[in-house]
Order: sequence, then C-alpha cells, then structure tokens
Amino acid sequence: MGVFPRRRLAAVALVAATALFATAGCAGDEPAKDGKITLTVDVFSQFGYEELYKEYMASHPNVKIVERGTGTNLDDYSPKLTQWLAAGKGAGDVVAIEEGLMVEYKANPDNFVNLLDHGGAELQGNFLEWKWKGGMTQDGKLIGLGTDVGGMAMCYRTDLFAKAGLPTDREAVSKLWPTWQDYVKVGEQFKAKNTGASFLDAATNIFNTIVLQTAGNAQGYHYYDTSGNLVVDSNPAVRQAWDTTMDIIDSGLSGKYGSWSEEWVSAFKQAKFATIACPAWMTGVIEGNAGAEAKGKWDIARVPGNGGNWGGSWLAVPTQSKHRAEAIELAKFLTSAKGQIGAFKAKGPLPSSPQALADPAIVDAKNAYFSDAPVGQIFGEGAKTLKPVYMGPKNQAVRTEVENAVRTVELGQRKPDQGWTDAVNNAKKAAAK
Amino acid sequence: MTVQLDPRPPVAPAPRTGRRTPAMRFSRLDTKYSPYLFIAPFFVLFGVFGAYPLIYTFWVSLHDWDLLGSNHPFVGLENYSRLLEDPDFWHAVVNTLGIFVISTVPQLLAALWLANLLNRQLRARTTFRMAVLIPNITSTAAVAIVFGVLFGREFGMVNWLLDLVGIDAIEWKSNRFASWVAISTMVDWRWTGYNALIFLAAMQAIPRDLYESAAIDGAGRARQFWSITVPLLKPTIIFTVIISTIGGLQLFTEPRLFHSGTNPIRGGTLRESQTVTMYMFENAFAPHYNFGYGSAVAWLLFALIAVVAAINVLLLRRLGGAKPPKDHAKSKEGAR
Repeated sequence: MGVFPRRRLAAVALVAATALFATAGCAGDEPAKDGKITLTVDVFSQFGYEELYKEYMASHPNVKIVERGTGTNLDDYSPKLTQWLAAGKGAGDVVAIEEGLMVEYKANPDNFVNLLDHGGAELQGNFLEWKWKGGMTQDGKLIGLGTDVGGMAMCYRTDLFAKAGLPTDREAVSKLWPTWQDYVKVGEQFKAKNTGASFLDAATNIFNTIVLQTAGNAQGYHYYDTSGNLVVDSNPAVRQAWDTTMDIIDSGLSGKYGSWSEEWVSAFKQAKFATIACPAWMTGVIEGNAGAEAKGKWDIARVPGNGGNWGGSWLAVPTQSKHRAEAIELAKFLTSAKGQIGAFKAKGPLPSSPQALADPAIVDAKNAYFSDAPVGQIFGEGAKTLKPVYMGPKNQAVRTEVENAVRTVELGQRKPDQGWTDAVNNAKKAAAK
Repeated sequence: MTVQLDPRPPVAPAPRTGRRTPAMRFSRLDTKYSPYLFIAPFFVLFGVFGAYPLIYTFWVSLHDWDLLGSNHPFVGLENYSRLLEDPDFWHAVVNTLGIFVISTVPQLLAALWLANLLNRQLRARTTFRMAVLIPNITSTAAVAIVFGVLFGREFGMVNWLLDLVGIDAIEWKSNRFASWVAISTMVDWRWTGYNALIFLAAMQAIPRDLYESAAIDGAGRARQFWSITVPLLKPTIIFTVIISTIGGLQLFTEPRLFHSGTNPIRGGTLRESQTVTMYMFENAFAPHYNFGYGSAVAWLLFALIAVVAAINVLLLRRLGGAKPPKDHAKSKEGAR
C-alpha cells in the first residue's frame, strides 16, 4: 500500500501540472526563426499596401511583414485596437488610426512612441501642414504619420444617369450641381424618370459630407469647438447640414441603404442608386462592392458646394511593440511620398504628402474603373487647399448619435424636429459618458 | 505482557518508527488531501478564469475607468446609481426580456413536442435524433448573418415571400417587435433541437409500464403526455429553463450580427433590439470606452439573470404540481 498512493499522487500531480501548462502554454513569443523579425501591421478597410510590403521585404531581408484587417469595418477595428492598447498587449507593430478617433488616442499619448524622438522632425516637409499637425498631441509629441486625406467628390453611375435622360459626361454633370440645392433638383428630375434606382445611397453619407464641408468652410469645427466644448446645438454649420439633409430625405431621394450594411453592399451590386458622396478612399470601396461587372459604369464629378475633407488616417507605433526601431522605419516608409503613391495606385487613398500630390504619378492618374476619370486632378486639386475640421474629445460617440438621428428621420421613425431634438440630447449624453 | 517486560527504554524503537512514520504520514496525507488535488484543476481554472474576472469586474465598476486613460479615480457606486436612471439601460432590459420570452417559451414547448415524437417507434430513429442537433453545431455567426440577410428590408427572402402572399414588406430591423421576432427565430432554430435531445434523454428514463397501465385505464396519447411525461420531466424542464434563462439573457451574437453597417452594437437606430450585453459592450468599448460603466452593466445583468432564473423556478414548481412524482415512485416500486 505504501507504493500505490505515491504513484497515484504522482499521477495527480502530473494531471494538475499538465492542466496548468495547457492553460499557460499559449503565452510567450514565438522564437525568431532564421533571424527574421515579424512586423505586424493593423489596418482597416482598404489601405493598398500589399505591393509596398513586397518591395520593403525585398530590401530588408531580415523583416517579414504580416498585415491584419484589410476589409475590416472601422467599427470593428477601433474597439479591437483600443482593447489591445488598454491591455498592453496584442496590437500590431504599426497601427492605422482613423481621423475621427485620433483625438481620443491623442488624449493618451503614452500608448504610442513619440516619433520626434526617432528622427520624426525631419519628415515635417513630407506632409501637408494640417495633416502633420493632426498627428501631434497638445504637448507636442508626434504619435502618427499621415497616410491619406479625404478629398471630396461625387461618384455617379453613368448608365443610370443616361436612363434618366441626364448628361453623363463628368464636366457636364459637375455643372449640374454647383450647390446642394441644385443637387436636390437634379435628384428630383432623376426620381421623376422612375429608373428603379434611387438617387443616392444613404442620408448619413451625404450628411457627413455636407457637415464636414460646411464646417471646413466656416469655423473649422463641427460638433466640438476648438476649446473642446460641445456645440452641436449652437453651431450653425451643423444645423445647416442637418436642414439640407432633411430636404434630401424629404424629397425621397435616399435609398435608405444604411451605410456599410449588407443591404448597402447589395445595393451597389444591383445598381440600386445613382450617386454617392465619395472621398478619395471611397473609390476603392465602390470598386470592391460594385464588383468587376460595373467597371466603366461609374464616373466621378465634383461635389456640390465647395470641396471638403472626410476621413484619412495616420500610422502610429504602439509603445508595446517589441521591435520599435524596425516598426518606425516601416511606418516612415509606408507614409513616404513613394509609399503614398503606391497606396494610391492600388486602392485610391489620396496622399497627404505635397511631393506625392505634385508627382506626375498622381497628377496624371486616371482610374480605369471610373471610366478613366482623372482622379489625381479631381481629388488632388482640393487636397492642397483643404481646410481641416477640428474633432473634439468624444467625436466618435457624438457623431454616432447625430448620424443615428439622421437615420431615424430617413426611416420615417421620427419627424425632422424630433430627430433634431434627439440628436442634440443624445449627443450631450454621449459626450458626458 | 511482554511489552511491559521489555527491558529496552521506550526511546529505542524510535529509529524504526522514524523510518516508518513518513510513509504513514504520507499515506494519511494522501487519503486526506488527494481528493482535493483531484478536483483542484477545475477550481484552479475556475479561480483564474471565473472568479478573478468576476471580482475584477466589480472592482472596475467602482471606478471612473476610461479604457485608454492611465488613471482611474474611485467613484464608489456612482456608476450603479447613474445606470439605474439610464433609460437606455432599461430599454435594453425590456428588449432582452422580450426577446427571451418570445424565444424561450415556444422553443421549450416545441422541444418537448419534438422529443415526444422522437420517443416513439420510428424508422431511422437515430438519424432523426442526430438531425435535430445539426442546427446547434452550425456557427452562431453564420446563422446570424444568414438570418440577417433573410430578414433584409429590400433584398430579404422573408419579405419577398410575404410579398408573394400579398402582405406588405415588414421593417424587420427598424420595428421593435418585428426585430424581436426575427432574432427569436434564430435562437429557436438553433436551440430547439438541443433541448429536445435533453428532454428525450429524460423521457427514456420513464418506465414503459406507466404508459401501458395508463393505456389500459383508457388514457389517450395526449392524456399520457400531459399526465405522465410532463410531470415526470419537471426536474429536466427546470434545468432547461435555467440554462435557457442564462443563455437568453446573455444574448449577444444573434442581435449583434443581425444588424450590419455603422455602429451595429446599437441594435438599430432607436435601439430596437439592443440587448443588455450589447449595451454593456457599447459602453465598455466603442464608442464610449467607459470600462467602469460597462462593468456596472455586467453586474446588473448578473443580478437580473439570478432574479429571472429564481422567478422561473418558483413558477414552475407551482405549475407542475407535486403529486405525479409520488405516484410514479409508488408504481415504480409496485412494478418491481
């Protein structure tokens, strides 16, 4: 009996130990095989970096690049990034940060490497001034290098325009709508022809375009003023954009395909709407959603009103990265004029580098998918003179509330006045959370 | 006797006992503590992955905890008091309970009925019994996405079918009650078969002779079902109700993936089908990143589940009546 229990005890200990190891086993880093460093890049939607990675790996044989997140919705991406940063573990070595969330990340700059400590200052001339400043925190740390800027245009389907008896040539179309009121009038003409398609995709897309444009041309801020006070209800730019959007909804021009939803994607495929406000990065999204069969049926005209910016991102290096020096090098490469041109060619995001914007590769660029539209000129023109819009501390949460209020009116759940009250009240609540 | 006469001093055997004692002590320790060691893995794992997060969540809920911020001031129960006055939270509670009721009640009734059918003499019985479990092994995400498309406003198949029979398209996603129904169908589709198998297993433990004597007494199938099967299944029914309560009140994947597009965590523009777990996620993560508030939601959800489960069990105890099991015990003995 003396031997048996001991053996049994050993067995128990073994089982317990195995169980503990099994749970702890996944921790720890993978060993560096053949001396290579793996750099992870986290992006969302379409950044168009694939070719650039190949080139970079060819010139840096010790680096292997893994990208995560192409095609991921920004709403799925940003919570993940935030969780990784909060947990101090899991984020890529280079991460993309979108405009609307930059403010929140900038409020906690310790999560990111201050690029000024790593030769970042020399790069200032490579970026449009406001884009450069956008990557900088209040206390003068540089946490992000600019990738793209939004630019603004109006994409439209020539086949549906022809069906409705409207001009299809991009110059002629641009002349149809110098203002948003004209855009509504064209929409009403389009609607009267019963093409089976609606004039535009969703009210929120048009609202975002108008509010950013109006604010950019006026005070330079929309939901928050530059000292961080919530001004949704008192800023005339917001109210003006709201009223214009209500006109569009009221005229029945919207297809009500909630932006980024599955129905929205289906509507692209089935040619269910004729126009969509398109910042430069949207061209890649349209091509992806509408698919190869719609090639040459799309074109790009000027946006009603006067220019504007929507979106654009920065690349940052989280302090939790284990290969900071290499990650910083990669981020510099991807945001260099050359990198930005490469991304533009692949997926259409408009460079934030003046050198790239002046480069013949951009200036003369045509997009075959959009009937050979001179995208470099259309978007590049506005980008250099663009006035950015300041985004306040809880920009994303506030924007969500206002957008939702727009959608309730669009779906007929609220009258415009009620919708506005909701927008203001819910924005205030969200800002306080 | 000889012991007393032993001339050696009592200390002398000490080396011998010294050699034996560790083994004996070990053996005693073994019988005393080995069982604890055997069950330890579960409790260690539960401690690490169950109890610790639970306590940590409570600790977090007492703080103003910005997910990205570096300092988290202690605020006591402020998150809870704010939450109790938060209409959006109560809206989510009503949604969750609504979806829970209209999914669980028909689901368990259908499962009971299905189990009763499967309990009969059928050809290819095993095949049918396995088949009811198939919905359960498909991925929740895939189910939710497919159903989300089926219930689409414009391109959805459900509305297309309704149109064929002359019913106007239903706004499945922006009508509160319709969205509850749509989500409930997903839950039912997935869990009815699973519950049916649990009921079936319990039904097979009911002695056949009970039914035989009932049949002799002239009881029909329906009477047998309600007077024998259902009362004898009461413990199993209580079990499935508790499991469904826990699962139903934590509903997340189905309503989350039912909505696509911008900010789907909201469950529709007016939070038509936002459940409590979704509200928790909305606050703890995007777009608010308020971890403390989200944790408070998690704890109130915990309390809500406990309360609802208790109410369910109390109701079931009342409804079932306590008589039949006694009869069953008697007749069982009689049969022996």
